[in-house]
Amino acid sequence: MNSLFPSIVSRSQSSGLMNFFVPIISIVLTLITGSIIFVLLGFDPVYALYTFFISPISSTYGISELFVKATPLALIAIGLSYCFKNNIYNIGAEGQLTMGAIFGGGIGILFHDTNVFWLLPLMIFAGAIGGALWGLIPAILKTKFNTNEILTSLMLVYVALFILDYLVVGPWKDPFGYSFPKSRPFSESGRMPLLFDGLRVHFGLIITLFLIFVSWFIFSKTIFGFQLKVSGYSPKAARYAGFNQTTLVFFAFAICGAFAGIAGLAEVSGPIGLLYRDISPNYGFTAIIVAFLGRLHPIGIIFASLVIALTYLGAEDAQLFLQMPSAVGFIFQGLVLFYLLGAELLINYKLTYKKLL
Amino acid sequence: MNLDLILGILQIVLIATTPLVFAGIGELVTEKSGVLNLGVEGMMLVGAVSAFIILVITGSYFLAFFVSILSGIIMSGLFAFLVLFLMSNQIATGLALTIFGIGLSSMLGKQYIGTPIDGLSPWFFVIFSFLIVFLVSYFFYKTKAGLILRAVGESHNSAHALGYSVIKIRFLSILFGGSMCALAGSYISICYAPMWQEGMTAGRGWIALALVVFATWKPERVLIGAYIFGGVTILQMNLQALGLRFPGQFFSMAPYVATIIVLVLISSNKLRIKLSAPASLTIPFYKGR
Repeated sequence: MNSLFPSIVSRSQSSGLMNFFVPIISIVLTLITGSIIFVLLGFDPVYALYTFFISPISSTYGISELFVKATPLALIAIGLSYCFKNNIYNIGAEGQLTMGAIFGGGIGILFHDTNVFWLLPLMIFAGAIGGALWGLIPAILKTKFNTNEILTSLMLVYVALFILDYLVVGPWKDPFGYSFPKSRPFSESGRMPLLFDGLRVHFGLIITLFLIFVSWFIFSKTIFGFQLKVSGYSPKAARYAGFNQTTLVFFAFAICGAFAGIAGLAEVSGPIGLLYRDISPNYGFTAIIVAFLGRLHPIGIIFASLVIALTYLGAEDAQLFLQMPSAVGFIFQGLVLFYLLGAELLINYKLTYKKLL
Repeated sequence: MNLDLILGILQIVLIATTPLVFAGIGELVTEKSGVLNLGVEGMMLVGAVSAFIILVITGSYFLAFFVSILSGIIMSGLFAFLVLFLMSNQIATGLALTIFGIGLSSMLGKQYIGTPIDGLSPWFFVIFSFLIVFLVSYFFYKTKAGLILRAVGESHNSAHALGYSVIKIRFLSILFGGSMCALAGSYISICYAPMWQEGMTAGRGWIALALVVFATWKPERVLIGAYIFGGVTILQMNLQALGLRFPGQFFSMAPYVATIIVLVLISSNKLRIKLSAPASLTIPFYKGR
């Protein structure tokens, strides 16, 4: 006879199969929970799920929008995986994104009446520098002053948002903007080129794919990637091997900040075209979910960014056609992360039914 | 500078600081048992919106606070289930709780933005916030149950070997933390600023987390830290109101910058943090053989 409840037994080796299946399991469970929530809210679950997950991507324009949203998410998430692989919890990517937009956008505003080929590359570079500098603050505080990076990186998000707010209502306000809190529009050469006529998907996607490829190379083919992984699994082993943890923390934060900064710049020079208050619908926070859902793996992150981008689009459609508050998107994002973290148990543990007799 | 003005400022500081004390002391108890819950902000928001909605529907303050605390227990119960029974990563799970809470609160509260309510006098809660800090302190250092809770946070294996149920003690500590965060949220939406607005806790949950580090995990010091932050917040508001020729945004960021500076000052003494932080913080407990 077997016991009624399964007991949790530790696996001798983590399961590679489960590593692959856990994200899929969590997405399926999220969809089931989502339909229950829709029923509770009084919606036809089939129609609601269709509106949320199918109708947004049933046109070419919709698919282009999916890539527009997935671009910053994937770029920030791949940056975050440099930190998370090493158990550094940088949760302030939203602030680094904002700083990138400020630095890069500042160049764009400075040259708002200039059309030169080097303007966009300079803006991208400035965006990366801005994000990296903002990311280095928690890195310095962590390594030199032993300060918890979770709290400092998060506090710096608020600081960055206030700086952006100050700039767009103050010195960088558009003199012809009827006192709206926004900057001058960037010149044509300061905008991300569009990949297809009439669609909003832009060159930022190419940059993202390139940086994901570079990151894949770093993670799997270089000593730096190996050091990140080892110190994540076992800080003691890393110390014994003589890896310099301080250097790793600096690099992880700088790379993550730079990627988030580029993502921010790509947003303001891509779909937006100027600086204003609400440049990001929480991309920096949502990318944390993308990084975990993609299991910190470059290919996984590409798929995860598409799935999470769909929750953004679905929330917009649900608001439009079902009069559902758009915050439902965040609920789906939270749910998928809950299920993912819960199901991770299956990677390192297995459920067995013990024999009672 | 007359006495009335000073008393007035003191009153505002007391009223503004109270939610930080509630959330901070709740999180402190959770962390003392060895669990880090980063979902404070999310639980505060859900607590705030549920209290507000119940008050609008029923008109009963008692029911509003009751349901709000219940919401905190449910939210933290969800977290507790994941981190204790499924041994999930506490940091990631806490973040998920905050993201979920932000979404849930804005969805529930959508139709209540701008609904007017009669605010409740905050003084009962101001006094209660002092009381709860001293009760927690008494519990930790004068009772056996408090000693066991601290033992679980320091070394769950030893506590387990002595026959204490690590999971049960942590579960209860997490629920206490959740209900305190929800109370903090409902205080904000009913007493402090009687209204509902998306994300109205404005990062206070994160400041509460910082307070626990500032307090080096000692209950009374949460009060000191909370009043420093409360003081800075009110000071910057008053300076902004004076209409100095200095951009208001730089005043508004003061509490966050102050949090960073204070964290750096406290944490730079590595030994102090190492000695005061619960040794099992964020380490999952697995009872397997």
